[in-house]
Amino acid sequence: MATYLFETAEHAALRAQARAFATRSVRPHARAWEEAGEFPRALYAQIAASGLLGLGYREAIGGSGGDVTHVLAASEELVLEGHSVGTVVGLGSHGIALPPIVALGTGEQIERFVRPVLRGEKIAALAVTEPGGGSDVASLRTRAVRDGDDYVVDGAKTFITSGVRADVVTVAVRTGGPGHGGVSMLVIERGTPGFSVSKRLEKMGWWASDTAELTFEECRVPAANLLGDEGSGFVAIMANFVTERVYLAGQCVAIAELAYRESVQYARDRHAFGKPLSGFQVTRHKLADMATRIAAARALTGEVASRLVAADARPELAAMAKNTATDACSWVVDQAVQIHGGYGYMRDFVVERLFRDARLYPIGGGTREIMNEVISKTEGY
Amino acid sequence: MKILVSLKRVADPDNANKIKVTPQKIETTGLEFKPNPFDEYAVETALRLTENAANTKQRLGEVTVVTFGPKEAESTLRAALATGADKAIRVDATDDALDGDLVARALAKLIETEKPDLVLLGKQEVEGDANQVAQLLAEYLGWPQATFAGSIKSEGDTALLVGREIDGGTMNLRVTLPAVVSVDLRIVAPRSVQSVHTKADHAYPEGVRFAALMAIMAAKKKSLTEVKLTDLTGDVGLKIKYTGFEPPPARKAGVKVKSVSELVEKLKTEAKVL
Ligand SMILES: Cc1cc2nc3c(=O)[nH]c(=O)nc-3n(C[C@H](O)[C@H](O)[C@H](O)COP(=O)(O)OP(=O)(O)OC[C@H]3O[C@@H](n4cnc5c(N)ncnc54)[C@H](O)[C@@H]3O)c2cc1C
Repeated sequence: MATYLFETAEHAALRAQARAFATRSVRPHARAWEEAGEFPRALYAQIAASGLLGLGYREAIGGSGGDVTHVLAASEELVLEGHSVGTVVGLGSHGIALPPIVALGTGEQIERFVRPVLRGEKIAALAVTEPGGGSDVASLRTRAVRDGDDYVVDGAKTFITSGVRADVVTVAVRTGGPGHGGVSMLVIERGTPGFSVSKRLEKMGWWASDTAELTFEECRVPAANLLGDEGSGFVAIMANFVTERVYLAGQCVAIAELAYRESVQYARDRHAFGKPLSGFQVTRHKLADMATRIAAARALTGEVASRLVAADARPELAAMAKNTATDACSWVVDQAVQIHGGYGYMRDFVVERLFRDARLYPIGGGTREIMNEVISKTEGY
Repeated sequence: MKILVSLKRVADPDNANKIKVTPQKIETTGLEFKPNPFDEYAVETALRLTENAANTKQRLGEVTVVTFGPKEAESTLRAALATGADKAIRVDATDDALDGDLVARALAKLIETEKPDLVLLGKQEVEGDANQVAQLLAEYLGWPQATFAGSIKSEGDTALLVGREIDGGTMNLRVTLPAVVSVDLRIVAPRSVQSVHTKADHAYPEGVRFAALMAIMAAKKKSLTEVKLTDLTGDVGLKIKYTGFEPPPARKAGVKVKSVSELVEKLKTEAKVL
């Protein structure tokens, strides 16, 4: 079984737990939830009770302990055994929504927003991207104007994972002038007058995970919901990106690993011209190339995760890992469909879904081009 | 109540296609292992009997888990410790040097020193499906036994009312403690186990419990002792001898029938079951 170099006996035990959870609570429903475009809300409480939801958060704030390495191991296992990437990323949207609250929030904000999410009672989403643009975060236009004890928010956000059902939305807003210095983070709760889900978006993959367009019209948000100081939002978003990109790279590794395993099995079972597909050297070499690219992506992703745990966050390495992993994943799922032939194009086969799911990764969490911008800046050219 | 649970790791049945069979032996190197499911149910039963479901962190009794296996089998014990068992014992042995009778005799000896009030076992392990250890153990100990338990109600922790799954229904059996009980699948249904500590109307989530990372970490510090098989019994001879191994024949491809009448025809003429 393929694992990360950083894994210990604890990671193995955790993988066993994640696998057991996925076997029992995800796999039997994977296809149905993907087709329905949603998984039941009750699943949040179930995964919270299993201790998997709170991974990567300290016990003191309601988490289950552990760090990014534990999240990578557990979420890979959820994908491998659960077969529903959409469900895993939907359940995991707190992974980008809560860290800014944990990093900048007060004790009271953590009580109100973080704990209920980690108990599985509330759903959290992060809203940075706007209809007018996602890559250029520093130019975001959603305005929050201070008025007494409130901020009045006007604007729109789009492509927001878990946005349709989110109770707690960490929103990037402009409180100051143009540029990154004017960006702040504000928590906006479901039910706040002026906040609405304007659209449930239909998309290529990640079907079981809902994605929303959110609208704020003269939406009054208590100033007590501001995270940190005014103008501290951009740094928080950028710090968040490093972890998010490692998570996304890890998902690519997991998706590719699953597509690879399905392909190995299929190549053994399916016969053509009197022998199994794996009897053709062309097929075996294809599988070998798939395994190789996954191993390379896993190695780099693991390195970035290990550095992160050792307080050595490297945005450029995270960007490299994300690009390496997305490239590996996109290529591997394509080969997986090819090995499956016509069945690979059919919805009954998980590789068909993985192929669609994989297309998100060079876009979400910062596009492939933006990753190269990050790398270029660090490299100094 | 003090409960001793025996558990075993088994080759992951999902990877059955990787198992290599030669006439002399079944090759187990390279296989992935997981706990025998019925044994996991036994651990869950022990935990439910020794806690108030309102506070599962506090153990109101003692649960000891025992396995017979090589060093690598310790991860199975650690996993049980992570879900809430208090201590673990590994009897050093390999599968090919064990049979149900030897395990039962060694367990009986271990139980003399451990002195549990109850021994819980899975009804069978899913590799050999022998279904013998609980029955033999009860006999060697001279204790009452209840096998295939689908429900257990503790009566003041001095007796158990055990619902046994039998053909055509449930047989309710009252066993006074100490006793040996083997459990079946339905023991992990939400209301199957009633302890003296938990409110009678409590419903557990279906299935065995999960261990959170903190519990996995804490399990590393719990006691895990190793015992030599020869310290438990001088007679390590086996009563079961395997004379040969062969893989099951590959299933033949099926045929698709076009109509019900064709199906009936084939059932009559080819399958000859009608
Ligand atoms: C399924 C899904 C879920 C998502 N979930 C969330 C979420 O939960 N929260 C959230 O805030 N956002 C989310 N996003 C948004 C995602 O982060 C953005 O789509 C992404 O950052 C790109 O922004 P954009 O779509 O506006 O593309 P644009 O920024 O308009 O970019 C369009 C194209 O131009 C390229 N480009 C842009 N700038 C440059 C440049 N300087 N040099 C070279 N090329 C450039 C891009 O690489 C891209 O190819 C999600 C997106 C999807 C599809």
